[in-house]
Amino acid sequence: MGESQKGDLHLVALTKTFGAFTAVQPMDLTIPQGSFFALLGPSGCGKTTTLRMIAGLEAPSAGSIRIGEQDITATKAHQRNVNTVFQSYALFPHMTVLDNVMFGLKRRGDKDARRKALEALELVQLEGLGGRKPAQLSGGMQQRVALARALVNRPDVLLLDEPLGALDLKLRRQMQIELKRIQQEVGLTFIHVTHDQEEAMTMADTIAVMNQGVVEQIGDPATLYEQPRSTFVANFLGQSNLLRAKVVPGSPREGVALVRSHDADLEVAVDHLPQGASDVWLGVRPEKLRLGESGGPNRLRGTVRDVSFTGVAIQYIVRMPWGRELTVVQQNDGSARATLGEDVTVSWAAEHGFALDASQDADAGAMVEDDV
Amino acid sequence: MSEATATRVPASPLGTGTAATPARRNWVPYALLLPGLLWLTVFFVLPMITLGSQSLQEGNVDEGFVFTGNVGIYADAFSRYWPHMVRSLSYAGLATVLALLLGYPLAYFIAQKAGRWKNVVLVLVIAPFFTSFLIRTLAWKTILSDNWVVTQWAQQLGITDVLQAVGLTSTDSLLFSPFAVVMGLTYNFLPFMILPLYASLERLDPRLLEAAGDLYATPIQAFRRVTWPLSLPGVVAGTLLTFIPASGDFINARLLGNTQTTMIGSVIDSQFLRVLDYPLAAALSFVLLVVIVTLVALYVRKAGTEELL
Repeated sequence: MGESQKGDLHLVALTKTFGAFTAVQPMDLTIPQGSFFALLGPSGCGKTTTLRMIAGLEAPSAGSIRIGEQDITATKAHQRNVNTVFQSYALFPHMTVLDNVMFGLKRRGDKDARRKALEALELVQLEGLGGRKPAQLSGGMQQRVALARALVNRPDVLLLDEPLGALDLKLRRQMQIELKRIQQEVGLTFIHVTHDQEEAMTMADTIAVMNQGVVEQIGDPATLYEQPRSTFVANFLGQSNLLRAKVVPGSPREGVALVRSHDADLEVAVDHLPQGASDVWLGVRPEKLRLGESGGPNRLRGTVRDVSFTGVAIQYIVRMPWGRELTVVQQNDGSARATLGEDVTVSWAAEHGFALDASQDADAGAMVEDDV
Repeated sequence: MSEATATRVPASPLGTGTAATPARRNWVPYALLLPGLLWLTVFFVLPMITLGSQSLQEGNVDEGFVFTGNVGIYADAFSRYWPHMVRSLSYAGLATVLALLLGYPLAYFIAQKAGRWKNVVLVLVIAPFFTSFLIRTLAWKTILSDNWVVTQWAQQLGITDVLQAVGLTSTDSLLFSPFAVVMGLTYNFLPFMILPLYASLERLDPRLLEAAGDLYATPIQAFRRVTWPLSLPGVVAGTLLTFIPASGDFINARLLGNTQTTMIGSVIDSQFLRVLDYPLAAALSFVLLVVIVTLVALYVRKAGTEELL
């Protein structure tokens, strides 16, 4: 219905304060129609509040929300063509699965509610279970019912509030793939709130990383991972080794800049260096580091302090002479292994490093994913 | 705590523990039932049998009563007192509806909106019970008396005219009228309505209402489709706890009513204690019991609570 009304979702200076606490700083965001968008951040970063403002369950303190040309800021939740898959599922316990799925359609007087609901149940692979009560279903099945109940209305925007949080790891993996498939099949705009960086990267086309009410960086998963623009993003999305360095003026080669860290000259791609920075954190992902000299021109020497074998890979902790420990992840590809206490060279290529402004806390965003 | 458990487990002798468990399980439920069963046998089943046999006796107090199996007394009791029966059920029904209309919003407020005041408001609901039933009912005599503001306001606002028009009062006073009796019943049994309603509304997950709103339900639709059906167990319990005692009540009718408002409870009371016609009083009690049980059974079936409870 109303195909022409749909459009991109625009958040304009959207703000939410609770008393003296600002949950969401003025936020400008455009989410293209039909995209799978993830709001990623630790708990308390304001991502759920943002979602609830889009759903109409929380009134913004300032700013506006538009879908296409239509300003929906002042409308109530039931007037918005937006549906939510709640973290707790919030299925109506006194209704059958089919009645749950038909609920939204019936409120809008859809004559075809039953057929559409049955189709939606098929889409989430729950055909034949429409007669059951939610309590008779497993957690994973309830999750699918919640998804079907929202999807069936074909909303302009579908909001998912940590929808997989209550599922066990295996089921979560399965549902991630499933959700992606369904999104591509129905072509709706999905906004997915999660604290799980892997989940966000697996599913989303675009990720906005939020921290303390602010969007730190927006981009596709690969860009966020390869070129984080803040230490928070570098640490929150995967692991990063950060080295304190000074920018050396001049350029040794085309497209490469030189930074100096603890008496070592290190190369970094020019477009990975913030404009006009002099003091930087030089970051490199553990899997981009190589033991030995095969990794590239950037070389540091250190001592292996820890070796842990994870099956597909081996993780080394290498201590630098000045005390900093680097994490190196080597694929278990049959190459020679280092042993504990061995002195090794760690190397990487210029294009694998990224530099961040040194005024930031090097540990921002590290470990926060564990306390959720 | 885990330490305490850890030391306690090995301390219990393993052999007797495993052997005794199945045997103990078998009689423990019955042992738990026993005190209640004894109580009910002595104070409910036996009196019911006595009452039943009494209703089938004939005679008088001076010469004594003899069991004659006089079943005809039931037809007699019903034909003589059915207006009282109907009146009792209507007053009780009206009081129940009023209590529901007053109690539901209040219970909803306490359960969902009162926050940290929840317990205070709950105590306030129960507070009237700290005074005796009789005194509370007598207080309504003062509240509804002609020279008190309630009656005067009701007269000025034309409420007394409306009450007269619908037959709840016959003059422009409020006291000594069906209206006063219904008010007394409503007031006295209101907490029995509020508490079960509160218990079921308290369990209502507010996120379900958010979900209903998210799925295009207006607040009224959300109430009708989600809140109301989920609170039905409380509604059924509350209405039963109000309706059943209210239909057998006679204090309110006696203190706040007139000779035309006599309820079946009053009749039973006077037949037992003043007229001393024990068989008739017993038969009336049984008729009342059967009528109420029938109504309740129909009601519970209609409300479909088997599935909800």
